[in-house]
Amino acid sequence: MLQLAIIGGGVAGLSAAIYAARYGIECKIFEQKSIGGQIVVSANVENYPGVPGPISGFDLIQNFEKQVKNLNIPTEYKQCVNIQKNSEGKILSFDDGSRVEAKAVIIATGASPRRLNAKNEAKFIGRGISFCATCDGFFFKGKNVAVVGGGDSAIDEALFLSKIVNKIYIIHRRDQLRASKILQEKAFSTTNIEFLWSTVVESVNGDNKVESLTLKSTKDGSVSELKIDGVFIYIGLIPASKDFCPPVLDDKQGYIISDSKMATNIEGIFVAGDVRLSPLKQLITAAADGAIAADSANRYLMGLE
Amino acid sequence: MSKEIVLTEANWESEVINAKGLVMVDFWAPWCGPCRMVSPVIDEIADEIDDIVVGKLNTDEQPSIASRYGIMSIPTVMFFKGGKVVDQIIGAAPKESYVEKIKLLQ
Repeated sequence: MLQLAIIGGGVAGLSAAIYAARYGIECKIFEQKSIGGQIVVSANVENYPGVPGPISGFDLIQNFEKQVKNLNIPTEYKQCVNIQKNSEGKILSFDDGSRVEAKAVIIATGASPRRLNAKNEAKFIGRGISFCATCDGFFFKGKNVAVVGGGDSAIDEALFLSKIVNKIYIIHRRDQLRASKILQEKAFSTTNIEFLWSTVVESVNGDNKVESLTLKSTKDGSVSELKIDGVFIYIGLIPASKDFCPPVLDDKQGYIISDSKMATNIEGIFVAGDVRLSPLKQLITAAADGAIAADSANRYLMGLE
Repeated sequence: MSKEIVLTEANWESEVINAKGLVMVDFWAPWCGPCRMVSPVIDEIADEIDDIVVGKLNTDEQPSIASRYGIMSIPTVMFFKGGKVVDQIIGAAPKESYVEKIKLLQ
């Protein structure tokens, strides 16, 4: 039986693995897609202490991965779809039908971008709708695009796009931004960014690719049409917890509830990173969560002996 | 054994359009993190699967081909048969997804 299974190979999972390996715990990372998680789409990371950067999310995570490889921590590429507890430990089931038994588990599955829920959205993903400005911004060189959202990610990506595209409309359902002051000030002083306040996207329109958006005012319900070539969506995250909750307890939004030691309601199951209910979702908090979760797993495993 | 081909305007016709059998083209760019994640997966597939042509097209260096095929999001992996696009996977996907698609199309 494996001592520790870490589900998810993003910043939280990799940090947990590094700490666990240094405690001498036999652990394995299970990742459904590829190592890295959400940070891979970031063009510039400038707020990870000790790494003055600018460094791309990809390059930063490569360093995490190098550290994990140096510690000989194995990774298996498959998606965990269920965790069951038995008297011995936990049984993890995977999408390929396989099972793994582990004494302790750290859930570090992260989150994925929330969709608009607008009409025709699915049809236009990759045809003008994007969740990654770094990846796709270049295809909209000199064109007009919309960014939906009002948090740090939305404004950060709008600023990135402002150097490539002709004009950006930031569509936000509220009348003020949630983004940090420094980003707000940058956005307000960028001449090709225009704000459409108290507005939501009703539908995405076009033939083969995005041509316009139907917008609706959240104040008076009035409807308007905006001609654009692309839409970048940054309206928050959906935690990747549905396969584990219940029995693992979440806050009804899907964020897994833990104590300060990253312990969930189930003994021997810990949680770290963006999938955890926490006040801040950043690289540094994901890494810290991972370290604490590994420490708690270590204490738990020692208690079993 | 298959081997990867760096695709450009100069060899697109001969390697993709006039190819016999299935061609898998990875549209990527160096500044795209998810593309760099997918890249080693494509390399593995090129090594492991026979009877398929695997090509990589840098959208930075070959923007006209990318725009001809309406690429608006990368990574995009397109599958060609008889010079025509028969399927595609937009966005980074696990290795299994590419392999399954190839098996279906081959």
